[in-house]
Amino acid sequence: MSDAMTDATQGKVFGRTQLEDMVIVPLFALVAALVLGALVMAATGVSPATIAQSYVALLKGSVGSVNAISETLTAALPLVLAGLGLALGFRSGLFNIGAEGQIVVGGLAAVVAGVALGDMSAFIALPGALLAGAAAGAFYAGIAGWLRAATGAHEVITTIMLNLISFRLLDYLLRTPFIQKEGRADPISKSVPDAAELPKLLTFLDANLRLHAGLFLTLAMVAFAYWLLFRSKLGFEFRASGENAVAARFAGMSAGWTIVLAMAVAGALAGLAGANQTLGILGRATPGFSAGIGFDAIAVALLGRSHPVGVFFAGVLFGALEAGGRQMQVDAGVSIDLIGIIQSLIIVFIAAPLLVKAIFPWGFRKAGKRENKS
Amino acid sequence: MRVELKNITKRFGPVVANKGVDLTIEPGEVLGLLGENGAGKSTLMNVLCGLYEPTEGEILIDGRPVTFAGPGDAIRAGIGMVHQHFMLVPVFTVTENVILGIEPVGQLDHLDLKTARAEVERLSTQYGLTVDPDATIETLPVGVQQRVEIIKVLIREADVLILDEPTAVLTPQEVDEFFQIVRSLCDAGKAIVFITHKLNEILEVSDRIAVIRRGEIVGSGDPKKLTRPELAEMMVGHPVDLDVARAPFAPGEVILDIQGLTILRPDGAVAVDDLTLQVHSGEVVGIAGVQGNGQSALIEALAGLRRPVAGRVGFDGTDITNASPRARHRMGIAHIPEDRQRAGLIGNFSVAENMVLDSYYGPPFAKGPGIDWHRVHEDAAAVAKEYDVRTPSVRSAAAHLSGGNQQKLVVARELSRDTRLVIAGQPTRGLDVGSIAFIHERLIAARDEGDGVLIVSSELDEIMALSDRILVMFKGRVVAEYTPHEAPVDKGTIGLAMAGAAT
Repeated sequence: MSDAMTDATQGKVFGRTQLEDMVIVPLFALVAALVLGALVMAATGVSPATIAQSYVALLKGSVGSVNAISETLTAALPLVLAGLGLALGFRSGLFNIGAEGQIVVGGLAAVVAGVALGDMSAFIALPGALLAGAAAGAFYAGIAGWLRAATGAHEVITTIMLNLISFRLLDYLLRTPFIQKEGRADPISKSVPDAAELPKLLTFLDANLRLHAGLFLTLAMVAFAYWLLFRSKLGFEFRASGENAVAARFAGMSAGWTIVLAMAVAGALAGLAGANQTLGILGRATPGFSAGIGFDAIAVALLGRSHPVGVFFAGVLFGALEAGGRQMQVDAGVSIDLIGIIQSLIIVFIAAPLLVKAIFPWGFRKAGKRENKS
Repeated sequence: MRVELKNITKRFGPVVANKGVDLTIEPGEVLGLLGENGAGKSTLMNVLCGLYEPTEGEILIDGRPVTFAGPGDAIRAGIGMVHQHFMLVPVFTVTENVILGIEPVGQLDHLDLKTARAEVERLSTQYGLTVDPDATIETLPVGVQQRVEIIKVLIREADVLILDEPTAVLTPQEVDEFFQIVRSLCDAGKAIVFITHKLNEILEVSDRIAVIRRGEIVGSGDPKKLTRPELAEMMVGHPVDLDVARAPFAPGEVILDIQGLTILRPDGAVAVDDLTLQVHSGEVVGIAGVQGNGQSALIEALAGLRRPVAGRVGFDGTDITNASPRARHRMGIAHIPEDRQRAGLIGNFSVAENMVLDSYYGPPFAKGPGIDWHRVHEDAAAVAKEYDVRTPSVRSAAAHLSGGNQQKLVVARELSRDTRLVIAGQPTRGLDVGSIAFIHERLIAARDEGDGVLIVSSELDEIMALSDRILVMFKGRVVAEYTPHEAPVDKGTIGLAMAGAAT
């Protein structure tokens, strides 16, 4: 019996089981999704040559040039930020569907703060705007957390409702005098002043390269999320509550506070994702600027196995699919919807690791070595 | 029907669960199969009842070799198993449960309950099972539910009955009744395999004993000639001290003072009813009682996890009735929860993480908002060694430890700091002899150091072995109190009180 255990529990931080779970399953899921995506194209009458051409375009558009890499990373940043927040929630046992709404609220708050602080130096205006975005997201998600802790209302329901509220709230606020751009009748915010903008990083190569300083923010947040989750007291409470809420309560942890704080931290990260968009890419807030990032981020968090480093790579992969997808549409004339299909298939395979193991049996240790309980 | 297991080996990958086991099961005989948890008892019996196919070796029934493709084959061959966890549909009647899967049907698929009912009644009378065929399962006590499981096997015409840890869920009275049933089955020519890790029971009921350790039969013999220490040594592999050495009884001041405590269940029913009790320093108070008589609610209220609706809990002179679990923990109250898997530890967390589950937030482990994991791992390794928690590393997941080591981990976490009061719920449920002895030793050591110790256990033997004072709880009240050092206490008397006879 002890022999069986040594394998799984050699005391290594990163054992074979984790390797399978964190790396091999997602990798195979990607391969399987690409193959099935090709079959879908074939089934809709796309010729094999075009299929090959579209996958070449996918590669070219995502990593084929400096511009492609810049686009991949630009698309990845908000996904990683919001995905980190969702991952923290998942680890705490909270299924937060509300990243979309938190992005909306955070992005808008960042614009408002940026406009208000526009006359200050960039050293005050930019951090101030980012902070406002994080705080607004934290508050907005905190509502769902508080409802869960105080009344037991399930966070899946409340965050979905809060998403819908945020969309209409955005439409309304974009027409209020303080926020609406002067002289415009349509809902659009004032432009973010230069001092509060996330500076572009690669303009020395080409003025059109969109990659901006949100990259550093994102990398810092990956490190922060890792520290929080695995090194801090708060993260210990998050993980304990997520793994076994009863044992956490028996150990003296406060269930209510943990839920509210976990939601608030998740919301802060999603709010930063919103600020990243408004301060880094768009320069203003417009209706629907969140563009479904909060929903894609759920997939990113799941694909990244709710691990900060995993979320980073998953976000980059999804960014690559998005950037490459655009190229695919241009070069091969294949609909960008196919990218949606591939993304969805990846999630299906991730959610069904047994299916992946059945398709690619040689990637995994033989079954039957499992622990024997006699 | 005579069943022989010949040279049975069962491997799971590289793990050998059973190795070269030879075992004979004779009709009209109770074979006691003794072994610790994880020794391979259940695997062996699962091979016998068709759930597993043996890697090597063969099964002979009356001299003819047989192979079972599944449990169905084994049942048809006359081998039936009564599992430790009952498999009954709570809202069905006894008859309906018994015929599930072998329903007698008449014309047009008409379910012939009448015939089935008569058959259940016949079996019930024949073996003295006294089960009402029309009773709904959920209304029956656990002991009767177990007899329903036995009828299920009998109605399928089994000649060999495998009983897997059958007494784990029974009260002392129910155990006596159960043994009578076992005898009557035996007298009727059935072969019984009685699986257990309890020494007293195996000596009482078996005609022959086989001891299994690490998948091998390490000894067998006649229960009339074997003694408990001999059996324990065979089972564990080294001599075990079954009696805990303790300092003379010298109680100090009152540490825990419960006055008129009333606790409700979530549905509003009374769980603990106006209960008053004291625990003194240097004293072990054992609460005996059939599960479900308010013990769990009492423990959870004492640990701060449940709010009482009336009454007061005093600790060392301060009122802690409404103190939080963490506040109590800080005051030196240790709590070993009843259910280690659900409430005692987090399976996916490492041994080290579990070791600091309730102390991570303060010195020496906290460092600002962070945790000093280096320190945690060092301390956990030292404590794990001291409390004999056997794990490849403190980074291993707690879920991979055996039950005994998991429980030792919980005990280590709770007792390795300065404590004044220890509250232990079912501290050794389902553990092996070695772990039980170790945990008992630690609880007594806490008492000898001047802690108050409150133990709730459904194992009467455990209560009797450890307690300076024994209380019996029935329907939320203390209905009887015994002080073994003043007058010897009779197990039967306590058993009767547990069943409510004292009220």
